[in-house]
Amino acid sequence: MRSLLNRYVKLAVLCLCGLGVCGASSAQNGTVKVGVLHSLSGTMAISEVTVKNATLLAIDQVNASGGVLGKKIVPVIEDGASDPAIFSQKAQKLIQQDRVVTVFGGWTSASRKAMLPVFERFHSLLWYPVQFEGNECSSNIMYSGAQPNQQILPALDWAFEKGKKRIFLLGSDYVFPRTANLILKKHIVQGGGTVVGEEYVPLGGTDFSSIITKIEIAKPDAVFSTLNGDSNVSFFKQLAAAGITQARMPVMSFSIAEQEAKSMGPSLVNGSFAAWNYFQSLNNPDNKKFIAAYKSKYGKDAVLDDPMVHGYVDVLIWAAAVKKAGSFDPNAVRKAATELGWTDSPMGQVKFADNQSLYQTAYVGQLQPDGQFKVLWQSKGALRPEPYDALAFPGKRCVVK
Amino acid sequence: MKKRLELSFDAAMLAALALAPFYLSSYHLSLLGRFLALAILSLGISLIWGWGGILSLGQGVFWGLGAYVLAMHLKLTGLAPGDIPDFMMWSGLDHLPGWWRLFQSPLPALVGAIAIPAAVAAGLAWLVFDRRVRGVYFALITQALALAFSTLLISEQAYTGGFNGLTDFTTIFGRVIIDPGFQRGIYWITLATLALCFLGCRWILNASFGKVLLAIRDGESRVRFLGYNPAAYKTVAFALAGALAGLSGALYILHVGVISPAMVGVVPSIEMVIAVAVGGRASLPGVILGTLLVNFGKDWISSAMPEVWQLAMGLLFILVVTVLPQGLAGIPGAAARLFRPRRKRQEPEAPRREMRKGAAMAAQEKD
Amino acid sequence: MGHAAIIAGQAFNGVSVASILLLTALGLALSFGVMNVINMAHGEMLMVGGYLAYVASRIAHGPMAFLLALLLSFLGATLLGALLELTVIQRLYGRPLDTLLATWGVSLILQQGARSLFGAIGVEVVAPRWLNGSFAVHSGAFAGLSLPYVRIFIVALTAVVLVSLMLFIARTRWGLYLRAVHQDREMAQALGVNTRWVDLAVFAVGTGVAGLAGAALALIAPVTPTVGQNYVVYAFLVVIVGGMGSLLGTALAALSIGLITAGAQMFTSVSLADVLLLVLVIVFIQFRPQGIVFKRSRVMKEA
Repeated sequence: MRSLLNRYVKLAVLCLCGLGVCGASSAQNGTVKVGVLHSLSGTMAISEVTVKNATLLAIDQVNASGGVLGKKIVPVIEDGASDPAIFSQKAQKLIQQDRVVTVFGGWTSASRKAMLPVFERFHSLLWYPVQFEGNECSSNIMYSGAQPNQQILPALDWAFEKGKKRIFLLGSDYVFPRTANLILKKHIVQGGGTVVGEEYVPLGGTDFSSIITKIEIAKPDAVFSTLNGDSNVSFFKQLAAAGITQARMPVMSFSIAEQEAKSMGPSLVNGSFAAWNYFQSLNNPDNKKFIAAYKSKYGKDAVLDDPMVHGYVDVLIWAAAVKKAGSFDPNAVRKAATELGWTDSPMGQVKFADNQSLYQTAYVGQLQPDGQFKVLWQSKGALRPEPYDALAFPGKRCVVK
Repeated sequence: MKKRLELSFDAAMLAALALAPFYLSSYHLSLLGRFLALAILSLGISLIWGWGGILSLGQGVFWGLGAYVLAMHLKLTGLAPGDIPDFMMWSGLDHLPGWWRLFQSPLPALVGAIAIPAAVAAGLAWLVFDRRVRGVYFALITQALALAFSTLLISEQAYTGGFNGLTDFTTIFGRVIIDPGFQRGIYWITLATLALCFLGCRWILNASFGKVLLAIRDGESRVRFLGYNPAAYKTVAFALAGALAGLSGALYILHVGVISPAMVGVVPSIEMVIAVAVGGRASLPGVILGTLLVNFGKDWISSAMPEVWQLAMGLLFILVVTVLPQGLAGIPGAAARLFRPRRKRQEPEAPRREMRKGAAMAAQEKD
Repeated sequence: MGHAAIIAGQAFNGVSVASILLLTALGLALSFGVMNVINMAHGEMLMVGGYLAYVASRIAHGPMAFLLALLLSFLGATLLGALLELTVIQRLYGRPLDTLLATWGVSLILQQGARSLFGAIGVEVVAPRWLNGSFAVHSGAFAGLSLPYVRIFIVALTAVVLVSLMLFIARTRWGLYLRAVHQDREMAQALGVNTRWVDLAVFAVGTGVAGLAGAALALIAPVTPTVGQNYVVYAFLVVIVGGMGSLLGTALAALSIGLITAGAQMFTSVSLADVLLLVLVIVFIQFRPQGIVFKRSRVMKEA
């Protein structure tokens, strides 16, 4: 009985002390807290850590130029651990416990979907930096990553221009590839092309032998790949081993940027294509400044890519919107952000549309032996973001309250 | 006297938890609520593992089934008539699949969230236990099941929401989730359910069922020779654990508002077992404590130093299993032994550990 | 590409998938059969082997560098396995389920260690030049068939390892000890076999072979801190289907799982093929709970 008694004492003590520790009040004079919520562990850490770095760089720069509204920005960094439930939990912690004024973060659609109810419930604001499948329209999220019409459809236009009409769709098994391919299929058929295959590999999958056989049978003009992360390395290695060259059958990837090319070894993916809204090789003054600043903070070997620059630009636009609104109130800030007008950025001129997504230019690039992309094509000016594709989802419109 | 003491501690414990909404911050209350929901799952694991000797590395499957069934209901109630959930639309479906309609009204959804995982657990358990597959084999099969379940959920995006899972619920049983009073209500419902499950488990384990289960853990063949059918007992226990897991999952999503394949796969399933091991697999109060401790620890460490979290978790596993096989619940006993080394200890609920290596291996089924 | 070529190509793909599975599962089957221990950190031995091959390929150059990498990953994983046995596993003999959990803890630590040392981003080993290209058939019934040299190499490596292990167990004195301990641990002990050493050696060699698997895998896939997790669950299935402690059974199981997966993937998606595989395994154990090849031993004896 003695042990039983002890057990209860412990249980009670735990509940009283362990939980009673409440976070200290956050708003000190002269500083303001913002949340930075990315996966620092788990499978997504590979991609998200660099976005976190770019976000922190932007916060440093804003602080160096005097902060916003006379306050220094203090980032509160949390780990989403590649787990949607943790993202939702940490988002709640940042808002309720740390009392941050806004949050920069998220990568996978799953993490964004899990955080969305939290931001709506507490009337806060999330800045989401990654290209995604659209079909979402929340007034509590600023979507700076590309909508489908700003990345995958321009890539299809380019392929059709080059006479590549037989397309094989290959993706990792999650929401972005499946929805992106649904949209692509409608546009391929409408444009007079043919979908010669559609295959999905579980996330983290490394065996492509069967899929390569299927590709060899289908003989496509091009493969459109929405493979994620490390699966790309396996795919390209096994493609090369099977003797399929980029010249014979080009691959257009939507998830390979400079970061991935570097870790895969550029020789492996040399000659393959990618569509993004930013390449490190873009030639504009803002980009040169951004690259120099990032390299001086994180080392000479660092490379930059599209999601990172979005994470960076988000902070700058937020700071500008706060200044314009004269307040940190999420509601005032998101309105001000859509009224800012065109801003120069490392990816060219951008501005937030009234649907809280970003006007941006689409680029198609080809990977060079040095790991950089050579820009082959760009859209005529910045494209208006369309969360709902008119062909695939007729009648749907995004109106932000 | 002892009985009265125990009861008064039960009451104090319950009162401390019941009053939590009045002294905890809203964020910590929501954490406590979801961890109490998880503790219901832990009771089930204790039942099958601590008492039945069955290690399942696939409890996430049953937990997930419960959560998904309720999530389907919540998704449906938020819809305008004739609408379909958003993910179906962008996965190319244009009408609601028939089996979704099953969970349109609250009662079938609530019953389904418990009965479906229980039925699946019973079916699997019977298939496997009847063939006298057990121990490590069973653990590995359940692990593969967890992998297959999450893979299936992801690949059937049009019906399950895929990798994103199901989220963005607006109302629960007619109440708006945003309502602050709602959070307290859900918290108290969770606590009351946990208390009921705790009492239920204790009652079952003190009854003859619990004794047979314990005997099966310590010598399955002997129990069989005595005329019992161990497979039947184990199947019932496993189905009960499945029901508790489903209930836990259903309550959990009321707190969290999201369920996705990443929450039900191989790794979460193992973490569920670890929480139980830390608390003490054969002690019902212990596993509740372990669940709260491990999850609060995870929340705290992963905020304070994310890089350390995995290391800390790994070390915890190793330490608990090698040094403290009876978990935290074993500490008082160990301490008592330290002070009274002569006295023979009476720990009926903990498995006997100290065996000669050779004999232990010959009798592998004891574990 | 004709039907014959497609079928032959898929069969080869199946064999090549089976090879990596088998290299991973051999060590598991050995230590499970002899010591009744399931090592959840076994997948991480694969990862360690992969990273060692990467390190070796950065240090040494030339045509033979990759063979050096193979050797290094085998020896490295063997040493790490021995260390693991001496520090953790040894304390847990007779408690297979607890071993399972403790070694899961080890795997978390190893993953985090790899992440701290090499970063979360995968590294890769560039295949030596003599493995570039593929064996292609240009005419006849099999026209269009193309077998990458890298995969042929992995299949050959697996065959060599399997045959050497079988010979080692059948022909050497140590193999005799191993068989004795497998059949009746206490009797072997009574006859003067140092079971402590046998346990240690079996476990270490088993992890060493997993290290080799990691180096081989690095030729076709990136090495990441979590690479082992993708393979180890399937390796467990191989052990279950193969039967405890039988190398032949393990080989047959790996081969069937590889071929079934490759076949199923032609007709359905990769994800559904995985789910189908598990269903088949559960059905299979309904008919043969002891696995394909069942060797009687005291380890399996019921209490």
